[in-house]
Amino acid sequence: MSLQRVLIRKKRTIQDPFSSQVKKTSLWKNTVRSKTLLFMCLPAIIFFIAFSYIPMPFSYIAFTKFNYIKGIFGSPFVGFKNFAFLFTSGQLTLLLRNTILFNLAFILLGNFFQITFAILLNEVQSRRFKKLTQSMMFLPYFISAVLVSLLVYNLINYDYGFISALVRSAGGTMPKLYSQASAWPFIIVAVNLWQTTGYGTIIYFAAITSIDESMIEAATVDGANGFQRIRYIMLPSLKPTVIILLLFAMGGIIRGNFGLFYNLVGNNSVLFKTTDIIETYVYRALMNNFNFSQGSAVGLFQSVVGFGIVLIANTVVRRIEPDYALF
Amino acid sequence: MAKKPESNNLRHLKLDWTDRTIRGFTYVFVTLFAVACIIPFWLIIASSFADEASIRRTGFALWPAVVSLRSYNLILNNPDLLIGSYIVTIAMTVIGTIIGLFVVSMTGYALQRKDFQLRNRISFFIYFTSLFTAGLVPFYYVMVKMYGLKDNYLAVLLPLLMNPWLIILMKNFVKAIPHEITESGKIDGAGDFTIFYKLILPSMTPALATIGLFIALGYWNEWYFSSLFLTTIVKYRPLQYHLYNIVNTVASLKNSIAASNIVVQDLPSETLKMATAVLATGPIIFAYPFVQKYFVAGLTVGAVKG
Repeated sequence: MSLQRVLIRKKRTIQDPFSSQVKKTSLWKNTVRSKTLLFMCLPAIIFFIAFSYIPMPFSYIAFTKFNYIKGIFGSPFVGFKNFAFLFTSGQLTLLLRNTILFNLAFILLGNFFQITFAILLNEVQSRRFKKLTQSMMFLPYFISAVLVSLLVYNLINYDYGFISALVRSAGGTMPKLYSQASAWPFIIVAVNLWQTTGYGTIIYFAAITSIDESMIEAATVDGANGFQRIRYIMLPSLKPTVIILLLFAMGGIIRGNFGLFYNLVGNNSVLFKTTDIIETYVYRALMNNFNFSQGSAVGLFQSVVGFGIVLIANTVVRRIEPDYALF
Repeated sequence: MAKKPESNNLRHLKLDWTDRTIRGFTYVFVTLFAVACIIPFWLIIASSFADEASIRRTGFALWPAVVSLRSYNLILNNPDLLIGSYIVTIAMTVIGTIIGLFVVSMTGYALQRKDFQLRNRISFFIYFTSLFTAGLVPFYYVMVKMYGLKDNYLAVLLPLLMNPWLIILMKNFVKAIPHEITESGKIDGAGDFTIFYKLILPSMTPALATIGLFIALGYWNEWYFSSLFLTTIVKYRPLQYHLYNIVNTVASLKNSIAASNIVVQDLPSETLKMATAVLATGPIIFAYPFVQKYFVAGLTVGAVKG
């Protein structure tokens, strides 16, 4: 999500000529005068209160030994005991490690592939080829995580998988991947790249097409060849976009893509060591083990630390390029 | 939106060997990756038409060794669950998209009006929810205990109506509409809501299409809130959650074709999963070529100098 947000923010710098004409009145008077506008925002405000703000105080569950029957305030208060348990048992460390390492791989490899394909697509002469391949690359973004997991199963399951069959017909032996934890970081990263490369390519491609054409022309006239045009013009022009997007991606580094992980791994506990991320742990704590307290503790830890990281990323962005800062 | 250049490839420039090398690589890599993106889809379709026994012998293949329509027959002979799922999904997609789109565009319009002084505070109030969340457990607790939405379709319909990103995106789309339209409405004595409804809405069809499609895609692909809030007592589940259950539990697989009299070993389980996937996902794949340009517009808005 943060990708688009950054790009959207760019527009903020364009001054609306009308804004200077607005007379400053008191907030109260202005609100009374524009009460219709306030009413128009009301459904959205109620929506976010109901589904985002009201749940917030219930994070108190994380500090209780929660009993569903007695309710939140009937459950005994235990302070930081739930957090202490998660730290000492090593559970939280494992979840953080997996979540962060997966995100790093997604961010770094993802951006590398997206930029590469954006530059390559820009070299394509045939409009029809470009349109067709772009559509093909964008397709995986449209399907649900449920279908993604079925596609993966179709390719690599031991008994009938397409790749398994290929490996066997080539005389090799196919490993039983669904019981081999060490293989899954590679599988999940590959699936993520498969699903997001086309989508990210579109954003970088848009950034490339907005490079001033006369700059490229001038360089070519001065004798720059194809590699040099990419090295000295395209990559430097993309640099600000890349840095900002990377920083914001870092802001979300302890948030995971639940749908992808849960559908690929599900309740296959053999794989948890290398695949369990914060979101999947919280979901299982809630839906399978009914352990509201620990699920809530992990979730609260993630929210608070994640919020801190976003603030840091935003501060760094504001130092580099104030226009891009989120707030 | 301003017309954007196709690309910076400068047809008229003279090519040397570096350009030809880059172009050669381009066509090879882009073709390979593009094909890799659609092969898995093809495999699902091909396998859904394959004979179960041939799959058990040789695995999924790009072309079915023995063609069989048995899975489709089984599903379509007892289409009750599939049709129910379709109705639930279509109803949610239509209702949710209309309501969501209306609220998002109304809010987006109000929040970009420069003469509305509360706009920054409200924007931040909305935006903050994407920076800090309560987490899943408190959300679940509130939905089930306070709102009593367990096993209620509203638990799926409501949370997908909107999100902060869509409101920001809409705000940005509306900014491109000249302020003079609002001004002219005001001079004619129209209220803010009338201006929005009569003047602004009709002039922003591309934005409505883009944001409407993002909301609709969310409903069509929905399985997450269903898995949280719809338990087994809900007979008709949204399509992708229906598929999720068929893929993951043998019991659902049997239910899906009312196969109480067939022993599990005789079920064409592999091809049934694939056929259900084709039937549940087909419409979005067919619609894809027609709608993808709106998604691209949504992703690049603000990225291209206009």
